[in-house]
Amino acid sequence: MTRSLLILADGTLFEGEAIGAAPPGGVAGGEVVFSTAMSGYQEIITDPSYAGQVVAFTYPHIGNYGVNPADMESARPGCRGVVVRDLARLRSSWRSNEDLGAFLVRTGTPGIKGVDTRRLTRHIRQAGAMPCAFGTADEATLRAAAAAEPGTAGIDLVAGVTTAEPYTVGDGPLRVVAYDYGIKATILRHLSVFATVEVVPASTPADEVLARQPDGVFLSNGPGDPDTLGYAVAAVRQVLESGVPTFGICLGHQLLGAALGGTTYKLAFGHHGGNHPVRRLRDGVVEITSQNHSFAVVDVPGTEITHVNLNDGVVEGIRCTDRPAFGVQHHPEAGPGPHDASYLFGDFADLMLGSR
Amino acid sequence: MPKRTDIHKVLVLGSGPIVIGQACEFDYSGTQACRVLKEEGFTVVLANSNPATIMTDPEFAHRTYIEPLTRDVLAAIIERERPDAVLPTLGGQTALNLAMELVEDGVLERFGVELIGAKALAIRTAEDRELFKGAMVEIGLQVPASGFAHTVAEALVVAGEVGYPIIVRPSFILGGKGTGMAADDDELTRLAGEGLAASPMTEILVERSIAGWKEYELEVMRDLADNCVVVCSIENVDPMGVHTGDSITVAPAQTLTDVEYQHMRDAAFACIRRIGVETGGSNIQFAVNPENGDMVVIEMNPRVSRSSALSSKATGFPIAKIAAKLAVGYTLDEITNDITGVTPASFEPTIDYVVTKVPRWAFEKLPGTPDVLGTRMQSVGEAMAIGRTFPESLQKALASLEHGRAGLACDPAEAGLDAMGDDELLRRAAIATPDRPFHLEALLRRGVSVERLAQVTRVDPWFLDQISLIVEERAVLAGFSGPSALDRAQWRRAKRLGFADAQLAWLWSVPEAEVRAARVACGVVATFKTVDTCAAEFAALTPYHYSTYEDEDEVQPSERRKVVILGSGPNRIGQGIEFDYCCVHASFALADAGFETVMVNCNPETVSTDYDTSDRLYFEPLSFEHVLNVLEAESRSGELVGVVVSLGGQTPLKLAKAIEDAGYPILGTSPASIDAAEDRELWSALCTRLAIPQPAGGTAATAEEALAIAGRIGYPALVRPSYVLGGRAMSIVYDDEGLLAAMEELSRFGSLGREGGLSASRPVLIDRFLEGAVEVDVDAVRDATGALLIGGVMEHVEEAGVHSGDSACALPPYDLSAQVIGVLEAHTAAIAEALDVRGLVNVQYAVQDSQVFVIEANPRASRTVPFVAKATGVPLAKVAARVMAGATLEVLRAEGLLRPPVTGGHVSVKEAVLPFDRFPDVDTLLGPEMRSTGEVMGIDASFGLAFAKSQLAAGDRLPSEGCVFLSLADQDKQAGLGVAVRFVELGFSIAATAGTAAFLDDAGVPVKIVVAKVGDGTGQSDAVDLIAEGGVQVVVNTPRGRGSRSDGAHIRKACTVHGVVCLTTVAAARAAAAGIAEWGRTTLAVRTLQEHHADGQAPLF
Repeated sequence: MTRSLLILADGTLFEGEAIGAAPPGGVAGGEVVFSTAMSGYQEIITDPSYAGQVVAFTYPHIGNYGVNPADMESARPGCRGVVVRDLARLRSSWRSNEDLGAFLVRTGTPGIKGVDTRRLTRHIRQAGAMPCAFGTADEATLRAAAAAEPGTAGIDLVAGVTTAEPYTVGDGPLRVVAYDYGIKATILRHLSVFATVEVVPASTPADEVLARQPDGVFLSNGPGDPDTLGYAVAAVRQVLESGVPTFGICLGHQLLGAALGGTTYKLAFGHHGGNHPVRRLRDGVVEITSQNHSFAVVDVPGTEITHVNLNDGVVEGIRCTDRPAFGVQHHPEAGPGPHDASYLFGDFADLMLGSR
Repeated sequence: MPKRTDIHKVLVLGSGPIVIGQACEFDYSGTQACRVLKEEGFTVVLANSNPATIMTDPEFAHRTYIEPLTRDVLAAIIERERPDAVLPTLGGQTALNLAMELVEDGVLERFGVELIGAKALAIRTAEDRELFKGAMVEIGLQVPASGFAHTVAEALVVAGEVGYPIIVRPSFILGGKGTGMAADDDELTRLAGEGLAASPMTEILVERSIAGWKEYELEVMRDLADNCVVVCSIENVDPMGVHTGDSITVAPAQTLTDVEYQHMRDAAFACIRRIGVETGGSNIQFAVNPENGDMVVIEMNPRVSRSSALSSKATGFPIAKIAAKLAVGYTLDEITNDITGVTPASFEPTIDYVVTKVPRWAFEKLPGTPDVLGTRMQSVGEAMAIGRTFPESLQKALASLEHGRAGLACDPAEAGLDAMGDDELLRRAAIATPDRPFHLEALLRRGVSVERLAQVTRVDPWFLDQISLIVEERAVLAGFSGPSALDRAQWRRAKRLGFADAQLAWLWSVPEAEVRAARVACGVVATFKTVDTCAAEFAALTPYHYSTYEDEDEVQPSERRKVVILGSGPNRIGQGIEFDYCCVHASFALADAGFETVMVNCNPETVSTDYDTSDRLYFEPLSFEHVLNVLEAESRSGELVGVVVSLGGQTPLKLAKAIEDAGYPILGTSPASIDAAEDRELWSALCTRLAIPQPAGGTAATAEEALAIAGRIGYPALVRPSYVLGGRAMSIVYDDEGLLAAMEELSRFGSLGREGGLSASRPVLIDRFLEGAVEVDVDAVRDATGALLIGGVMEHVEEAGVHSGDSACALPPYDLSAQVIGVLEAHTAAIAEALDVRGLVNVQYAVQDSQVFVIEANPRASRTVPFVAKATGVPLAKVAARVMAGATLEVLRAEGLLRPPVTGGHVSVKEAVLPFDRFPDVDTLLGPEMRSTGEVMGIDASFGLAFAKSQLAAGDRLPSEGCVFLSLADQDKQAGLGVAVRFVELGFSIAATAGTAAFLDDAGVPVKIVVAKVGDGTGQSDAVDLIAEGGVQVVVNTPRGRGSRSDGAHIRKACTVHGVVCLTTVAAARAAAAGIAEWGRTTLAVRTLQEHHADGQAPLF
């Protein structure tokens, strides 16, 4: 048992014990956010959208069912660290092949356990998501590190998680080019049901994408601040002008909005969890959705709002009124989370088939 | 979709008496429903036969019918009220079955009444196992291999196809009644017979057992717009094979990957949509093969259930309240989440703690029943605990059970298992019993591996490893010399694993206070977190708290004057819903009087643990440590006026002294007075001083002392331990042998640390038993000025010797003279005065030949308080609570809270409901040990009619014709003669055993059938045969003593199995005859409580 401390940028201190990989100098850090999902920690930890962030789980027991190869959302953890109340010592699941603790060590992911994560959550709820540092280093070192931590606003985190080279997934009848801003494996699984998916780096020029003659372009999820991704916004604008059907999820949705002239902004502590009610305005139905976003987009010209978060009114979906493009802020692919919104992939397929 | 405007008047169906499988969770849900519908502007008509419920308080519905829940009675209510709709989904299986009867009988159609909540087709599809199975297969969900049978022969054919082991599940039953596992044809033959008998439609599902699979439940809600949400997932610690009501269960699910969980969620939605439950909550059970994740659907309840109550309390999401709103047209997104006040109800709660529910059984009261758990539910109550981790919540839950355990072992009771060998212990652990968690702990402590235990018990290794954490920490703690040796981190680790101070005190052989003091000195104190449905994502408005050991405490006590009310803990036989009723009333009355009310309780089924019953709710074990934590938290600001300990039964009463010693004021009667009433010597002295006769008696701590007392007072004698409720371990003995056996039994309880144990500080009371005496209960309230209110004088139907909780009783008395009633009231006043009672007092008397003896007095709420309130219109518990907080009766009269009792126009009879149909091996003979689980009330114009109604409500329809079988003990023959004559006058024929027949014959009563002794080998038809053939409609059997091999026991068992009315006392038979006589002459009349209470306002007696 190694004592570890978690210190927020505002100086708030939490006690715990070190788990996972030992970070250099006993100091790890990032922007701390909380996730309220009660299951799916492996998917969350391996979701590239958490780049630059430290994930605190509100559910106290994490690691109960270990980790398994099938539930990886990317090849390695996306987050910079994890904060838990309790890390399971013994895993129990026929699907698992490794303990979460061992996985964190193997993948170089540091963590801290034993933390009063509810106090942490209440603090973030009131003060907002903020940078933090944690580890086995002394308090002064951690305080300094927390103060020096930049957070996620104004930083291009996509460059660190996008694929270096294009690759293809699936062999469905439609051709989709997917911009990888940090794409999740579950999204690719959904798309490849009906498409051959050509995944391209985030910096790929629109001309190259259009030259692939896609039936549709997909804009993936990803980490951080859409404002830093001018190159991506420009490319999306060009794709939209071409009239190719386009679908964006999460960061992809924000980029779609930005490309159309909308305004992006940062939420106080974001939406991270698997229980957010979203109203589908088309027919009033309420979907329980998986969410993971700190930023959002509003006031998008040429679009209508299709989905709204019932908790706080945040726009969760838009559709262009003059071209075949739409986006949602939540995660219809789930992974982890409920499947209520998975029909949106079907909507994308229909859009492509309709404009063929 | 907004509220429907095409319906105005809604009939809500309650669930009737508390029985195993259907407890006060339906008072909780029904109360919520009534409240919501009333708020929404509907005229609410309620039908429920259970007087101990909050829902039947006259202010919760516009028109409240405390009437038997049968089709005919309901038809009469519907004809009289003409409601627009019937809401059956909040009253358990009873209400659902009743609704189906009303549909099938055409009653609803005839009166144009709509079924809301669930339609008949949906109910049928969910409840009929054949239709359900077909529906599940249709939507691609797996169900266990099975087939249906309507005869035993068919069952054997199905078994041949699906293979053994087999599980039998009757259709349309509650709590797994009639279900069981069979390993071969012989077992199946027996079980199938029982199952077919238990099913109202004589249908059973014969299913390949999947015992050992992991069991899960999802609590799902759906609205008219087809929005669906999962409110809570539950994982059973006990694998498939143990009824979920008898399993230790945990929320949320712990060992499912998100992929598997979402698959289950999709399946649950597919299920609720296919079954067609339009609105409200449903509970869907799944089994998962731990080897490969295969998932099957086990069953679905298309209604609010026990699990719904648990899920509501576990998450803070008020399922029943929302179900009621959905039933009248609202959609989930139109309803605000009360707890956050800003987010809609169309979301899925997420929790940041672990909830553990542990059932409480009553096997010690049911001799002859092995304490083996299986597919039919046997528990009578449950406790729930909340902790930040599973070990913490498990230990808190076990402490909450009040079964003599302070947590998971580490207490005096663990010695029992330590004496056992490893193999013996492993063998026991392999069988699910109430002691299984302790078996697991003991085995892990001996070093048996998690793998081995998982293999033997099929308990998931994750749970076992979590228990190992407790075991390992215990070893660490045992290594410390005492409480002063621990530092802050060590204290924190122990407390975070749920160790109670009492456990540590035992471990180090020091007083508990020393442990607490050392711990507090290290700065480790309980912190209170909030149940908020959202894991702190949003600010919570509703103060619903639990203790844990973390950094931050969230309680924000106000500056107001406040009262803390201690609840009654898990339901058990002898301490059930009646006490919760009293606590809830105290909360309401004190809130009305301007106090801030704080509730502490650990029973998830109750109204008291509803987050909007009190100003603040602490979901905590009712142990001294946990209560003290609450009192300390509440003392941080505002004025803590006092603690109410006398309304929750023995549970809080036991803490009175310690709370007072800790410096907190006890409201009401002082602990010293409570002691004076319990302490035999003090009590006898008091009676002598007041010149109130009591049966001769004495106290004994040893067998020798007991024999000496018996020698002095003579037999028969009543033997009972002090400080127990519900007649625990009480018996009537007729000779030295019986007395020694009773003392031996009591000394065994002592070693197990169970309730009723024998010790020098808690001696046994031995009294002369007054044969043939009439027992009378008096409930009264006395205020600080000495003014006394007699709440009610209740005459028991069964004579003294039958526990008052198991006896029917009438208010007003039907057979006591005004002079005797006057004496009873005068004695009650004198006793209350002498004990300086402030609040409620219950005094029990025996009246023998017009001479009044006092049996005992209890200066606390009694089981009859709600019954008295319903019978007389006087809110006795509210009055008592106000008196305890300082008001005088005069003030309460002036306020209008205390009104004169209603008199004239009606008689009320309370009848006990016994669990024998679930325990066929238990002798049904009533005695001094209470065994009833619940009660019903019959109200009508005369005693006979009210008694007949009470029998009907309790499930015994008195026949109007047929044959009465009499088998009377010698001492009852003279009294039984009158009964026999009465039955003959009513047109019944008489059957009797030889002795009784000869006696009746001599007295000129014609006996049609003389039956042989049971199994005497003469080939002649015996009583059991006669009952089995349906040749008898009423059995009157009054033996002396209880014995499993006696003739009487066989006869009574046959009655249980074949559903024949069985009366075990002459008094009850006399009452039944009176009831039959009047019932036959009168047409059924139903009347609301509000109408009864509007009757004459003159003094009752």
